[in-house]
Amino acid sequence: MPAAVSFQHVSRHFGQVKAVDDVSLDIARGEFFAMLGPSGSGKTTCLRLIAGFEQPTSGHIEIFGETAEGLPPYKRNVNTVFQDYALFPHMTVGENVAYGLMIKGVSRPEREAKALDALAMVKLRGFEQRRPSQLSGGQRQRVALARALVNQPKVLLLDEPLGALDLKLREQMQEELKALQKQLGITFVFVTHDQGEALSMANRVAIFNDGRIVQAGSPADVYERPRSRFVADFVGSSNVLPPDFAAAHGGTRAWTSLRPEKIRIVSPDEALPSGQFGIMGRVASVNYQGAMTRVAVDANGTRIAAALPAGLTAIQEGETVTLAWSADNLVAMDAA
Amino acid sequence: MSAATTDPRGGLSDFFYRHSGLLTLALLLPPLLWIGIVYLGSLFALLLQSFYSLDEFSGLVVHEFTLTTYGHLFTASNLTIILRTAVMAAVVTMASAILAFPIAYYAARYAKGGWKALFYLAVMMPLWSSYLVKVYAWKLILAKEGIITWMAEKLHIGWLLDALLAVPVIGGSSLSFSYIGTFIVFVYIWLPYMILPTQAALERVPKNFIEASADLGASPRQTFRTVILPLALPGVIAGSIFTFSLTLGDYIIPQIVGNSRPFIGTAVYALQGTAGDIPLAAAFTVVPVVIMGFYLTIARRMGAFDAL
Repeated sequence: MPAAVSFQHVSRHFGQVKAVDDVSLDIARGEFFAMLGPSGSGKTTCLRLIAGFEQPTSGHIEIFGETAEGLPPYKRNVNTVFQDYALFPHMTVGENVAYGLMIKGVSRPEREAKALDALAMVKLRGFEQRRPSQLSGGQRQRVALARALVNQPKVLLLDEPLGALDLKLREQMQEELKALQKQLGITFVFVTHDQGEALSMANRVAIFNDGRIVQAGSPADVYERPRSRFVADFVGSSNVLPPDFAAAHGGTRAWTSLRPEKIRIVSPDEALPSGQFGIMGRVASVNYQGAMTRVAVDANGTRIAAALPAGLTAIQEGETVTLAWSADNLVAMDAA
Repeated sequence: MSAATTDPRGGLSDFFYRHSGLLTLALLLPPLLWIGIVYLGSLFALLLQSFYSLDEFSGLVVHEFTLTTYGHLFTASNLTIILRTAVMAAVVTMASAILAFPIAYYAARYAKGGWKALFYLAVMMPLWSSYLVKVYAWKLILAKEGIITWMAEKLHIGWLLDALLAVPVIGGSSLSFSYIGTFIVFVYIWLPYMILPTQAALERVPKNFIEASADLGASPRQTFRTVILPLALPGVIAGSIFTFSLTLGDYIIPQIVGNSRPFIGTAVYALQGTAGDIPLAAAFTVVPVVIMGFYLTIARRMGAFDAL
């Protein structure tokens, strides 16, 4: 069975700029796939290549086994939820949702019924007569979702769909999107620069940098086993330890990632448990963040960040502490 | 402490800060006086004149309210003038819209950087030169001895031009003595007023609306019909307000290019001048105001101003 979306050595160059550079990937059917990366990393261009708004400079794209190059967007069974929703201002919410069906020539009663169903699915029944301008950001987002889903696409593309929403709403929409994807079984391809969003929603994450995929895998995999310094830094925050330091403190002679939340603070009179490694240092800053407290420790010139559960310790700046971790928390990486 | 801060409540800016209503009034008063007295006042005087009448025997204006002057508008010859002007204005508006749209579309969607500057220059430059010079230039272009006739001869399509000029009503002895000529010059002179608002409206249609439409399965033709055209319509209507009302009121072009049959503007010009019939001239002037009133009401009903 062919993959939902398959890229084979796909590049998209804009003049000298290699927006997408030799990307190969397979997105399985029914997968919730996230493309994560900083702005300009090529993730949105990849999405636009799937939608058909861009053509690859070289390489081959297949959507459900069909060659996609040269196929215009309106001939692809793929729909997009745009970053700023792109709802048509001269149409009502109902007309917006029914637009795709109207274009296909579905009769008015049928497309209106389907539009109502789609609006009910995103909990916006009763809003069909309103104009997009009369809706809040979250509501517009739902309309955009309904407008795409009503066409029963094989792949739904979401371009930073939650970027414009405030935190509470974003968390709520994350839940709803996940539930919706599970319920419909449609392949979702989701572009975001928010690593938390990618980790919490996706089955699989591809991390982009400079037009290439630097790592792909399950959220736990990319978080726990970053293969490069870029991934370690970009997905969550991490202490990137130089090879010599790592070798001296339980790791191998390689650039090594150590997540701040894997670090414990041991009181000076307590002995290190066996299998644990540690280093003494002076507390440079204490940052209270509610659920946790972030502590930066200066250990012989190496700055190490630790995230401690809230209320566990009352640490003062300038204090001398011992940081401890176990060897399997040290993740050796390919490149610096 | 400096002198300025010794009195914490001094200074004009501080005064206006505390009385922001007075500031608004001070800023609005001059334009309000202008629009109220000079502009609306003269319009009102005009309206007043149209309710007077002319004593046909003495040729003097009778300062008594009457509707007889308006009654004169409905004589066959005057109705013809009104109809001629309205039809010309409508045809000029439609032709301008059809010509302007592709130009505006290209400028809004495809022209970048230098090309865009060139577009603005090309559209605006005709507006910088004198209107009269342009009209007289067109008279020469359209004349029997002019470049169009000459070119038609050279291209061996003189017969086509002759056939066109042989069409009853709109034809004539030459282009510069026919309605066709008047029409061409009107379209030339008012075209920028149609291009610019249309282009502005098209510019405001975000690119991702077009992408969204394609994404939802619409071919470029369908996207044009269902998304681009409806969103550009307010601009086209705005432009048509210019072309339509400017044509309704113009009195110079029909005098220079055309078959000398009167339009509303030329009629008003003649009535207030040689004929000295100020009341009828005033009544004639009210006609375009009324026509525009209807036109704007219909445009509003169509939602032309929703996007403003």
